Amino acid sequence: MKRSTPVLFRRLGRYYLLYATGFVGLVLFLAVAERFGLAPRWIGQIFLFSTIAIYALIGVMSRTSDVSEYYVAGRRVPALFNGMATAADWMSAASFIGLAGTLYYAGFEGLAFVTGWTGGYVLVALLLAPFLRKFGEFTIPDFLGARYEGHFARMVGVFAGVLASFVYVVAQIYGVGLITSRFIGIEFEIGVFVGLAGILVCSFLGGMRAVTWTQVAQYLILIIAYLVPVVILSYEVTGVPVPQAMYGKVLHDLGVKEAELFTEPRENDVRALYRVRADELARKISELPGSLVGERQAQMQRVNELRTQGAPAREVAAAERALRDLPRTPDEARIKWERVRQDSLQRSVPPPPHAEAHPGPDPASRDNARLTFIALSFVLMVGTAGLPHILMRYYTTPSVRDARRSVFWTLFFIFLLYVTAPAYAVFAKWEVYSTLIGSNIASLPSWVVSWGKVGLVKIEDINADGILQLAELSLNSDAILLLTPEIAGLPYVVAGLVAAGGLAAALSTADGLLLTISHALSHDLYYRVINPEASTQRRLVITKSQLLVVAVVAAWVASLRPDSILFMVGLAFSIAASAFFPALVLGIFWKRANKWGAICGMIAGLGVTLFYIVRTHPFFGGGLDDAWFGIHPISCGVFGVPTGFLVIVLVSLLTPPPSAAVLALVDNVRLPDVGR
Amino acid sequence: MDDTEARQGAYWRSTLRVTGVLLCVWAAASFLPGWFAEELNRFVFFGWPFGFYMAGQGALIIFLLIVLIYDRWMIRLERRYGLDDEA
Repeated sequence: MKRSTPVLFRRLGRYYLLYATGFVGLVLFLAVAERFGLAPRWIGQIFLFSTIAIYALIGVMSRTSDVSEYYVAGRRVPALFNGMATAADWMSAASFIGLAGTLYYAGFEGLAFVTGWTGGYVLVALLLAPFLRKFGEFTIPDFLGARYEGHFARMVGVFAGVLASFVYVVAQIYGVGLITSRFIGIEFEIGVFVGLAGILVCSFLGGMRAVTWTQVAQYLILIIAYLVPVVILSYEVTGVPVPQAMYGKVLHDLGVKEAELFTEPRENDVRALYRVRADELARKISELPGSLVGERQAQMQRVNELRTQGAPAREVAAAERALRDLPRTPDEARIKWERVRQDSLQRSVPPPPHAEAHPGPDPASRDNARLTFIALSFVLMVGTAGLPHILMRYYTTPSVRDARRSVFWTLFFIFLLYVTAPAYAVFAKWEVYSTLIGSNIASLPSWVVSWGKVGLVKIEDINADGILQLAELSLNSDAILLLTPEIAGLPYVVAGLVAAGGLAAALSTADGLLLTISHALSHDLYYRVINPEASTQRRLVITKSQLLVVAVVAAWVASLRPDSILFMVGLAFSIAASAFFPALVLGIFWKRANKWGAICGMIAGLGVTLFYIVRTHPFFGGGLDDAWFGIHPISCGVFGVPTGFLVIVLVSLLTPPPSAAVLALVDNVRLPDVGR
Repeated sequence: MDDTEARQGAYWRSTLRVTGVLLCVWAAASFLPGWFAEELNRFVFFGWPFGFYMAGQGALIIFLLIVLIYDRWMIRLERRYGLDDEA
């Protein structure tokens, strides 16, 4: 098997080169077709359907019913390709679509995501990947079960793994629904299930083998799609098509522009108007329910006035709509007005300069921002090194050495995107600040209208001067990336390409996650615990049916549109970090760690994390007033991880050491591939 | 047999040393730029405020180098202790 690797490597290289060339050809063909009048709607559909068809084709071609092929792709994925597949597995809709927008608004603070989502791979390389490969089973609970002697540890692992992956997969399917509904023009709920079909074709038939080879294909599309617009933009703005190297200069110019905009008199007027509105809303909220009654009467009077004066039909209709949209109950009014008040309040102060580190009005809030930044990057790094769908990729390489090399390739392929994301944000912001702001509202480009219809771009001329001020514009942060090609005036084919890239990112991650969940349920729960005598045939049937059930449930949850993708993703990282990281690392590096230590540590870490979320997140009725050191709920793992380590050490020392068989296992895991 | 065990023990101790050193570099690259961002931002590095550059690009390059160095270093250790495949 070892000798066949170079041959396989060359053949794969040839296939994927051919495939990438074909894809670039398709893009160029569509670009030409657009020149000759192909409608944008068609371009979007051709992109989405042709890419899904390619993934399905690869999925069907690599269908398998061999257990080792299904679970670990036969353990012969070359390091480079495993790196590429893991990168696609890793980069989700949140990274691809959300990151640039987050960086656009959060500026320096958003860089916690950039360092956090890359630095974790150092931990994977140094502390986990080579040792897990040497262990060489199928899943992460497999390792926990073997190292910590028994089903208890394995089951805790299954529970935490399924929980983290499920939260994460819902966010991905949500992203798929968002893209398909916007670019094919179908209902969001239907979009979710169309995306689901795309996901299932790959993972259902061929398991890890099919998913790996589709993910390589998806990586190529997503990285091309991510780089093309920003490279063109960089060329247009600076004359050099290397955005990663050039954005420093643009950032500097942006700083000058910001200073100019933040002190401009008309901007100040607009901000003052928003302050007045916020105060007015605060008054109305405090005078509820009387203020709502007064508001309704005033609006009714206005409608009547307009009607009697014979005002234009459009104005009457607008007034009627305003009346209809009034909150029905005082409670509804309180929520709605408070949201608008917060929004107005935010617009009443200039945003912090893009490059300013840890901004805040006073030293205390600046210190808090710094702490939040460090805590968030810590959780994202440790969470990376605990997410089962990433760790199990390193079971698929031919050797320990390949596993180490493969982490390098993964990080390299991820690096390409993450190092570009801050550049994306800076270029997009530069375009908006320098060309859009200060222009005439009546003559704004057409994308403002078309994206305004779906509610992702909002413009309100609050001071009625007919000119767009910064505070009057609101861009949805998830839309920044999809919008950038149009902001920069690039042809529609680029926007379609970006959508295809976003779809590839969401699908590839969802594939990996679904696989992890169904493996945990069918392999760890069913085969290892419930029915160890199950035949191979039966195991695969169980896996596939689990996959189907999990996928449909996840799609159903996603179609309910749960709030905030970013929060869900952060939650998954905190769960993974606090449940898995301490038990896995100590399992390899500390022989004295035993069964009870690990079980108590995993439960305690997970418990602290979940407790903190419930305590501080508004969704569960908590609030930041109850926070410890002002840490946000997204970084709750920062308490769970040390708790996990501490409890494992203490409980292990209080209970008998592990058996000789376990010590031999640890010794074996620590060595490279001798005597294989 | 004793020799093999001694070699394996020495290999593991060296592995721990390598891991420890690289983890320190990792921690420094991950957390120092974020903590001292305001101070670092006073320097300008090819147009970037230095703190921004480190968190957005510099740290990432260091991460990549750490993983690369680890890969190379471990291969050398395997050879030195006769634990590679050819042994």
